[in-house]
Amino acid sequence: MELKEAAAGTLESGDILVQIAPAESKGLQIDLQSSVAYQFGRQIKQLVKETLEGLDIHDANVKVTDKGALDCTIRARVTAAAVRATGKDVWA
Amino acid sequence: MMFVPGNNPGMMQDAFIYGPDSIMLDLEDSVTMAEKDAARLLVHNALKSIDYGGTEMVVRINPLNTPYGKKDVEAVVKAGVNVIRMPKTETADEVRELEAEIEKVERELGCLGRTAIMAAIESTLGVINAYAIATASKRMMGIALGAEDYSANLKTQRSPEGMELLMARQTIVVAARAAGIDCFDTVYSNLNDMETFRKEVELIKQLGFDGKSIINPRQIEVVNEVFTPKQKEIDKSLAIVAAIKDAEKRGSGVIAVNGKMVDRPVVLRAQRTIDLAIASGVLKKEDIL
Amino acid sequence: MSNIKERAALIDKAAKQMGKDAYKNNTNKSRIRRADFKKESPKMATLEEAIRNTGLKDGMTISFHHHFRGGDKVVNMVVDKLAEMGLKNLHLAASSLQDVHAPLIEHIKNGVITEISTSGLRGELATEISHGLMEKPVVFRSHGGRGSAIRNGELHIDVAFIGVSSSDPLGNSCGFSRSENAKSICGSLGYALPDAQNADHVVVLTDDLVDYPNTPCSISEHLVDYVVVCDSVGDSSKIASGAIRDTKNPRDILLAKQAAKVVINSGYFNDGFSIQTGSGGASLAVVKYIRESMLEKGIKASFALGGITAHMVKLHEEGLIDRLIDVQSFDRAAAESIKNDPNHREVSAIGYASADEPGSATHFLDIVILSALEVDVNFNVNVLVGSDGIIRGAIGGHPDTAADSGISIVVCPLLRGRIPCVVDEVTTLITPGSTVDVVVTEYGIAVNPNRPEIAERLREAGLNLVSMTDLKNRAQKMIGTPDPLPFGDKVVGIVMNRDGSVMDVIKNIVG
Repeated sequence: MELKEAAAGTLESGDILVQIAPAESKGLQIDLQSSVAYQFGRQIKQLVKETLEGLDIHDANVKVTDKGALDCTIRARVTAAAVRATGKDVWA
Repeated sequence: MMFVPGNNPGMMQDAFIYGPDSIMLDLEDSVTMAEKDAARLLVHNALKSIDYGGTEMVVRINPLNTPYGKKDVEAVVKAGVNVIRMPKTETADEVRELEAEIEKVERELGCLGRTAIMAAIESTLGVINAYAIATASKRMMGIALGAEDYSANLKTQRSPEGMELLMARQTIVVAARAAGIDCFDTVYSNLNDMETFRKEVELIKQLGFDGKSIINPRQIEVVNEVFTPKQKEIDKSLAIVAAIKDAEKRGSGVIAVNGKMVDRPVVLRAQRTIDLAIASGVLKKEDIL
Repeated sequence: MSNIKERAALIDKAAKQMGKDAYKNNTNKSRIRRADFKKESPKMATLEEAIRNTGLKDGMTISFHHHFRGGDKVVNMVVDKLAEMGLKNLHLAASSLQDVHAPLIEHIKNGVITEISTSGLRGELATEISHGLMEKPVVFRSHGGRGSAIRNGELHIDVAFIGVSSSDPLGNSCGFSRSENAKSICGSLGYALPDAQNADHVVVLTDDLVDYPNTPCSISEHLVDYVVVCDSVGDSSKIASGAIRDTKNPRDILLAKQAAKVVINSGYFNDGFSIQTGSGGASLAVVKYIRESMLEKGIKASFALGGITAHMVKLHEEGLIDRLIDVQSFDRAAAESIKNDPNHREVSAIGYASADEPGSATHFLDIVILSALEVDVNFNVNVLVGSDGIIRGAIGGHPDTAADSGISIVVCPLLRGRIPCVVDEVTTLITPGSTVDVVVTEYGIAVNPNRPEIAERLREAGLNLVSMTDLKNRAQKMIGTPDPLPFGDKVVGIVMNRDGSVMDVIKNIVG
């Protein structure tokens, strides 16, 4: 899918900033910075990957700066960034 | 009813711990144009996954005549919201238009009739049409005053005493009562003036409102204090309700408590006091005979 | 007739019998003006002279207090000097260490400091140590535990370096100053008193040298060997300002209200009760709500203990609290009050919280309100190591007050961001669950099953009680199950119980 650079979210506590850019190589490159990386890093990356693949995005550079967001927030921010990057909304 | 900005995940995730009767996640005025899409997704996902512990969940959507309104309806109905609050309602037709949008999504999901509507009245035309709005749909659960826009429309400003709002407030209470639905008063935004806030809450309770909109958890305590019935009032109400039950058992319709005749409106008011006392946790159901 | 001449022979005889000399009229009165006399003494020295004169050698133990908290300048100043003088392998025994002590990292790498004991560690130093910076593990003690260990010789101090706000040339010193040149104010010197009383040598450092006599004082001249004047011992602005700041954080207010309800209905809230609270936003706010109830019910407290805040001072001045027993002044208002108010008194760490001191104040404490980094389903508390395995706190008086008080109430949020505060098992055991009675979170109140009478009273008051397992499940549902932490095999910290036994160890974190 064609992508342009896009971002969603903030750096406030409980939020997450997701920045998507066109892929430099095949696949999803997910770069995660998180204050809870030890305990939740693996799970956050997995959730980012699943959410993007669910939106049919398989090649992208994704930079994720997490401030302790819950899963529902991560899903919402990744989706918002993806919608902005592809221009294709999830609502009818 | 506590207002929470729809693009602030930190505030959304634990709003219910402060014990509001309902939480209103806002997609309208507290969200900038550029963030409408992101807030909609955030509210959708929060409603789907956060356990709000039985608190009534309301979402204020953007007006249907904006590019956001219809998407808002789809997102929140799909997430199972209890109530959609329509801002700036002026006519019954607008309510019916919203109802049609909701039904479209509900039909697709197979959950027809799940979502209720609250209409915010924020203009002079809205106040004039209050009863028509209140009865526009069987989904209508309440009407609410939005005083900031209304005052501007009146060409005045809000005052601490709120004289300028009196007619709108009374019209809304009367319309809601005539339609058999609830009515909610507007927000008070100066968090540092708790005294004026308390006076306003006392005023709107006296006018007959069912509740107050608030913008910060710190305001909840005042609203609860004002709306929670006093012990004396509860005791009297319990005595009245007990007397009427006793009278019914004996087949008599007329009762007296403390030597005073008690008729039907008094009994209804006593029952409402008891319901309020139970709802605010000062009276336990099992304590009533 | 009897005159002194005639008695001379008898005086000589009496002197001989006692093994003494007979008095010769050879007293030489000093002609120096007494006003000048008050400004000097042989104890006055530069830092380097003082260190040299104490005979401090490689491998010895030096000690410090943390009353200036984040504003402390003494530790870095002294250790820099020790490094410059070429000393090595020193044991640094501080009452606590803060973010500001990050320069110690270099001194550890260079072998100047090879051993640390403290109540807590924060910031970069804590992170480095958590990753295995030191060969020997850091020994962590509670405030009461440190007091006991110093007195019974388990923690022997060769030289104590004590920063004070004012001292005279003899070493009579205080955590406040009565002079116009007052610079660095810290109030109570409670944590430094065991050091002053038990160290082999005591060096006080001050930035406000005042005339003799600087009395009443915290540390008496007879305990002090050297007095060093320096530019600044601490930045008092790092101790919160004098004004009472009420938290506006709605979560803190909610926690405080719930905690106040627990206090009021606990059965311990009676006339003459005693109380200790922490300095966090929620703890401060608790005092505000308890005050309202004290006024309403006409209840007064006999004493408030521990870290004293402006809130406590206000209640004391209103007559609601009879005495303030102050081991550490948390703000300017408390530091001023301890200077001026005879019923606001300093207490040493031993008199505050030592388990083996029958008179220590914690033994007489009714109610304590504490915070926590983590609480587990068995009510065990961790206040030292973060959920990421990095040391980021201090034991403080937590286990001391929890163990000795009539009721201990731990107030903490269920989550901090995505970090759970209610867990299956605490990362590090600091305060055993058997001493923790009530846990207050914004999602409900849990009472330790071994205190059914408290649970009963709270239930009767209409408070909604939950179990720790309910709370833990609730947290887990919101955030998921964290992955296990990447601990290595090296022990970087040892946690001592207040009775001198070893409670737990902290392993290094990898990556």
